[in-house]
Amino acid sequence: MAHEVEQEQHFHDPSNVTNPEHASHHIVSPAQYALVFAALLTGTALTVVAANIDLGVLNPIIALGIACTKAIIVILFFMHVKYQSHLIKTTVAAGFFMFLVLITMTLSDYISRAWGLW
Amino acid sequence: MDSAIANPQADHDAAEHEHEHVFVPQHRHHFATEEQQREAGSFGMWLFLLTEIMFFGGLFFAYLLYRNWYYDAFVAASNQLSIPLGASNTAILITSGFFMALAVWAAEVRKKALLVVFLIFTTLFGLAFLGIKYVEYHEKWEKHHIPGASFDASEFINPSAYGLKENPLPPDVAQKTQMFFFLYFAMTGMHALHMIIGIGLLVWLLARAQRGDFTQGYVAPIENFGLYWHFVDIVWLYLFPLLYLINRHPLAH
Repeated sequence: MAHEVEQEQHFHDPSNVTNPEHASHHIVSPAQYALVFAALLTGTALTVVAANIDLGVLNPIIALGIACTKAIIVILFFMHVKYQSHLIKTTVAAGFFMFLVLITMTLSDYISRAWGLW
Repeated sequence: MDSAIANPQADHDAAEHEHEHVFVPQHRHHFATEEQQREAGSFGMWLFLLTEIMFFGGLFFAYLLYRNWYYDAFVAASNQLSIPLGASNTAILITSGFFMALAVWAAEVRKKALLVVFLIFTTLFGLAFLGIKYVEYHEKWEKHHIPGASFDASEFINPSAYGLKENPLPPDVAQKTQMFFFLYFAMTGMHALHMIIGIGLLVWLLARAQRGDFTQGYVAPIENFGLYWHFVDIVWLYLFPLLYLINRHPLAH
């Protein structure tokens, strides 16, 4: 097709998202992914070790803390949110915020239902 | 506009020349630029994932609530799960996610052979996860730990007879372990269903990747599937500690 020939002649190709000239589209390197992978495996080992130590009320808190850290790493790097536009970042943040709001409101309902009856 | 109907290609060429636009086959005409199209795609995918957060969130909330209500039963039932199996599955799923991330990279730098290899590894580790899940489910089946008419709570009423070090539970409390197993199967089952759907999509993507669909600058399907696959990963990153780990040292009360 004539288009393809034309495309090759263009030095700058604005509609080609994998063009390295595109600063706005960041390609995460395999080395970075390997670091993330190592961090996630370390987190998994840590959470298993922590579960075997009796830390009282801290056990679930630490387990969830490690899980949240791992989830944030996945979202930022594997899911590229760190390199996305403000629109995508805000969307993701709004979703998690909304989820926390729903959890808090539902919990406050369950906690206050039997208020004074125990 | 008559000429556009008569010869749309000529009209398109003229417009392209005028605006210095380059035609790429995946670019839909209602997007101003390929980049805008790509962002719209990511945005849509994230909106879908947010509905998934709400969906799994409901299950997580149910777990939180019932664990508070039937704490002793949840502790006893949760401690029957195998940490080695759960931890290996976590590592397997993270590895699968790592290969998926590499697949996105391979598509972006247009390496077709690598993309296909990485997608195959993503699929294989996904299948390995489901294999271990099957072993775990099978054990529950054999022990009659699937909630319902044939549920057997005797292991929780008389743990020492089964060589377990758990505290014995009164029979009525022991029945509440069904609630744990119900949530266990609901949560890990929904998660496994997402993985099965994902593996189905991976097979389809593999065929298209082999055809060279995603290594010519069009990476959106690989990228958006990657988002889905990593999301399913994240759900497991929470399921593993909540179901397997947090009840190993129950609070005295």
